[in-house]
Amino acid sequence: MTAIQAVVTPAISRPARTPGIVPAASQVALRALRKYVRTPGLIVMGVVQSALFLFSFRYVFGGAIHDGSGISYVEFLVPAYVASIVLFTGGGIAVAVAEDKAQGFTDRLLSLPVPRYSLVLGRTLADSTTNVWSILTTAAFGFLFGFRLPGSWLDGLAALGLCVLYAVVFTVVFIVMGLFAPSPQAAQGMSLIVFVFAFLSSGYVPATSMPGWLQPFSKYQPVTPMVDAVRSLLTGSSSDVGLALAWSALLIVVFTPVAVLRYRRA
Amino acid sequence: MSMATESSAAPLLEAHGLTVRFGKVTALIGLDLTAPPGQVLAILGPNGAGKTTFVRTVATLVRPTAGRLLVYGRDVVRDPAGVRRDIGLAGQFAAVEPTMTGRENLEMTARLFGHGRTAAKRAAAVVIEQLSLGEVADRRSSTYSGGQRRRLDLGASLVGGPRLLLLDEPTTGLDPVSRREVWDAVRDLAASGTSILLTTHYLDEADELADQVIVIDHGAVVASGTLSRLKASIGQDVIEVAVTEPAMLGAVAQILERVTSNSARLEPGGRHASVPAPGGPAELASVIGSLEDAAIAIDEIGLRRPTLDEVFLTLTDEAKVSPAAAGASINGSER
Repeated sequence: MTAIQAVVTPAISRPARTPGIVPAASQVALRALRKYVRTPGLIVMGVVQSALFLFSFRYVFGGAIHDGSGISYVEFLVPAYVASIVLFTGGGIAVAVAEDKAQGFTDRLLSLPVPRYSLVLGRTLADSTTNVWSILTTAAFGFLFGFRLPGSWLDGLAALGLCVLYAVVFTVVFIVMGLFAPSPQAAQGMSLIVFVFAFLSSGYVPATSMPGWLQPFSKYQPVTPMVDAVRSLLTGSSSDVGLALAWSALLIVVFTPVAVLRYRRA
Repeated sequence: MSMATESSAAPLLEAHGLTVRFGKVTALIGLDLTAPPGQVLAILGPNGAGKTTFVRTVATLVRPTAGRLLVYGRDVVRDPAGVRRDIGLAGQFAAVEPTMTGRENLEMTARLFGHGRTAAKRAAAVVIEQLSLGEVADRRSSTYSGGQRRRLDLGASLVGGPRLLLLDEPTTGLDPVSRREVWDAVRDLAASGTSILLTTHYLDEADELADQVIVIDHGAVVASGTLSRLKASIGQDVIEVAVTEPAMLGAVAQILERVTSNSARLEPGGRHASVPAPGGPAELASVIGSLEDAAIAIDEIGLRRPTLDEVFLTLTDEAKVSPAAAGASINGSER
């Protein structure tokens, strides 16, 4: 016993430098991705949930919804659903951020000499990646349930690119939500608010079918132009794309600094 | 500039009028303290005394409202990044990622301290060895016992080679075996020269681990020094009696109080009574005589040094209000 304790453990040197933004953000991202990939429930439930929602809209509500323009509901629904899937799955991001805060993980990160913005960057990288996964699986289900591209493959790719941009934008929004939530349960509840934006948009029913007092909200909230822009790109048009990009830029510019500042005092 | 602040002679901690307010709540009020490096310093205090706030301020997680706090001569407000390089924090919850293995957790934290890939692997290996985590290092930490998880968390705070380790209630919620494991680990670290600041409301923990103790209550320091000096300053020896019949405890207390003119502490529902005895052996003899006269059967009687509990109760306000209630809250393992 004495002999063992007499052995001097090799001291750990202090790093010469504090970590740069890239290594710090990649470690934060890597950990979030590992958690996601190694928690089977998260992946499976995400896919099942998006498939079930799509199934319900397509086959349950779809029959009763007609937009009058002659295109089938599945053609109308799928682009909108893929564009706004992040609004349905993003609650998980808010919950994960709130859990990190509640369980001391964020404290540990903040006590380390990492650049503060690398926390937001790492989290955004990881959650955007999982969101791209939901976008791709949801799009695949869309095709399975009868959706066909109205235009060329290139148009389809452009639309997909826009959906990925939305994924990044809403990831930051959900991070902020998680940071402000007093508990993980509250984060779950708060993320339901975002459902309102999804449903009160032109995504699921034509805005013109809503009561008159509701139409202004539907028309001027960000999700409507975002969804419309994806539909335009699919048909080779570019209407609403500028507006959608402007909304995306605005949301990023507003929410990123809030996330960085809020992390400091999480 | 940096030469001056990096002086190895700088105290571990130096607080001047440190005040922290959260809205209307004042957690620390004009706290002053100086602590030398190379020691285990325990911050003791009842729940809500400001212990955790103090640790979070040292860890740069909370900004002081007023006053100054220096860690190895670096100001937590002016040079938080410098302070973060010097410290390793293990908070009240084990902040490890359950879906990652112990080794992965340690390597991640080492990278976040600024180590390169190779150095991070090495630091993780050293810590695994140091904290005897070798057998479980490559298992996901979700499979760890409570003690193993705490040790891993402790390890994560070490991989950056910190000069000061901050442990906020390191054994809260652990079973006795796991507590021992964590204590042994902390002792080994202290022996290897790491300065350690720990908060606890377990007095035996401070007794086991700490060189220096700072007692805080209501956000300010009420006493500080080595444990033995603290015990000595509260002074007197204590007469402790164990009666044969619990029903006789009241009569014993009367005798103790009459002889020493101090109020006696009774073990609720038990057989033990104790009282500070400024007169020492003379008072002990007098108590024994009175007990014989009253024909009260006793199992044991003796004179001893005060325990840390008694010191603590004397120092904190709650003791003056209600010793029994204070005792319960200090020893309780509420989280």
